[in-house]
Amino acid sequence: MSLLLQALVGGLLLGGIYALIAIGMTLIMGVMRIINLAHGALMVMGMYISYALFKHFGLNVYLGIFVAVPALFFVGYILQRFIIRRVTEIETVLPETQVLLTLAIGLAIIELLRTIFTSNYQTVEIPGVSDNAFYFAGISMSYAMVIGFAGALILIAGLHFFLTGTDLGRSIRATAQDSEAARYMGVNTRHVTCITFGLGSALAAAGGILLLPAYYLYPAVGNAFTLKAFIITILGGMGSTVGAITGGVLLGIVESLAATYWSMGYQDLVGLVIFLLVLVFLPGGLQTLFKRK
Amino acid sequence: MGREPIKYIIPGIIAVALPFVLPGYYVHMLILVLLWITLATSWNLLGGYAGQVSFGHALFFGLGAYGGGLLFYFFGISTWWGMLVGPIWAVIVAIPIGLITFRLRGPYFALAMLAVAEVARIIFNSWTSFSNGAVGIMISRTWGGNKLPYYAIILAIAGLALYVTRRLVRSKFGYYFLSIREDQDAAEALGIPSTKYKLYALIPSVFFTALAGAFYMNYMAFIQPDVVFDLTDISIMMILCVMLGGAGTQWGPALGATVYVLLAECFRTIPVIKEVHLLAFAIIIIGIIMFLPDGIVGSWDKVSRCFARPKAAAAGAAGQYEPGPEAKEGLRKPEA
Repeated sequence: MSLLLQALVGGLLLGGIYALIAIGMTLIMGVMRIINLAHGALMVMGMYISYALFKHFGLNVYLGIFVAVPALFFVGYILQRFIIRRVTEIETVLPETQVLLTLAIGLAIIELLRTIFTSNYQTVEIPGVSDNAFYFAGISMSYAMVIGFAGALILIAGLHFFLTGTDLGRSIRATAQDSEAARYMGVNTRHVTCITFGLGSALAAAGGILLLPAYYLYPAVGNAFTLKAFIITILGGMGSTVGAITGGVLLGIVESLAATYWSMGYQDLVGLVIFLLVLVFLPGGLQTLFKRK
Repeated sequence: MGREPIKYIIPGIIAVALPFVLPGYYVHMLILVLLWITLATSWNLLGGYAGQVSFGHALFFGLGAYGGGLLFYFFGISTWWGMLVGPIWAVIVAIPIGLITFRLRGPYFALAMLAVAEVARIIFNSWTSFSNGAVGIMISRTWGGNKLPYYAIILAIAGLALYVTRRLVRSKFGYYFLSIREDQDAAEALGIPSTKYKLYALIPSVFFTALAGAFYMNYMAFIQPDVVFDLTDISIMMILCVMLGGAGTQWGPALGATVYVLLAECFRTIPVIKEVHLLAFAIIIIGIIMFLPDGIVGSWDKVSRCFARPKAAAAGAAGQYEPGPEAKEGLRKPEA
């Protein structure tokens, strides 16, 4: 019983951070209607910025967020403004050209990081945080994961207030609902898509950094996280923030249960199989289950 | 029509004669080039012509490689039987996968295929009693260091893949594939059973991918799940090779594959930056998609116009035909 509770709590904490990463992807998918396959690569880029600051200047990894997140916002903005937007406006043989472009961008970022930092596994040890845990009702909780989960919740709440309470946030939501109507209402949709791409990248970077003290880091880890973010987005239904949170927590718990009761090797398999089943049988995500009733 | 055979005989003779002239290292490179031409060409049949962009073709490459590998591992049978068993096995696996995933469209199909391929990679990695796990399967090469027989085999496979693609695309099937790519709903309204024709594109595509995988097993003599089912190095590279040369063209994938392999080899000879070939390739692809979104062969009009401009101006050929947007919108001819 305590093993089950332990697995559930571990999954919940991990899922919260997954949710933050996936919200970035959901936001981009909702506004631009494309799947951003560079998402994991952008996340890893943020993680490496924080890692490099820690390594060379001894800056606390969590404080690295304040450098890496604006940096990734800038990178995302530039990518959308000067590279991706070009391709969304032209006719091509394959309709998926934009998706393939983000794929190539992701590959370029990962290879760039590999060139600079090598493919070696890196870990960031914060004494008292990475290697320490406290017990709550007989369940051990790692400090790193609890801090990460709390940070993710704060950022998600902040994003919620930004999207509902500010003019720019409302413009983003309007563009996601109907970009042409938004344009008629005077929203500069081009600017909004660039901002959204920057915001999505920044959220991914923040999620990655919150995960950093409890995780290991190597360039290709980005591919796994792109897939995870996409799985969560499909589980939760596209463009839905609440859906992304549910999907993230669900994936975290499922992975944690699979790792506890089956084997570490099959941990990722369960998420993929659920993803395939949802994609084929519930294309609108899990929320269609509740709507039908 | 009369000059048609000559166009193929001369490159054919060159292709057969090359390995006798070049030293062994270059023959190895040619083998890799032909392997990648086979992979890119077979991906192009499903992705470029029928428009079903698959991110999971490493699945079929890996199944092809493991077809022979498992025969050797369990029964001690020569891995050359894998050249027969691998493709058949892969096609048998591919048909139900296709029937399910073809219900999905566009990026969702692409990512469902990616998920299926990752599932296969995890199973082959973790189910040790079935596949020998991450240790992989090792054989001894039939012809040792002699590369000529391998070259002959992969040349035949690549030639066959190109020939079959050409025949298919020029037949009724090719037009059906294109109509599904351009507008699936319109194609179905015209009475084209889209799932059936997507399967007709999938089967040869899977067959040749798996055949290349089976060849890889015999040539490299060592396979591991993380190598043959690899997302970046197999699935994505196949797509990027096609994007470089031009999706939905006969020779585009071959050009893309050649550039990819040669680029990797060129960078490998430069000592300091030998690892950056993938970075360079990715940047080239980004540039190609931005400026020539239909690939080098697919946008050949644009490319040749860039080079021809000074001459054309000198010759006073001002009235050159420029295809308008409506010409681009229409169905492309299968041969670019």
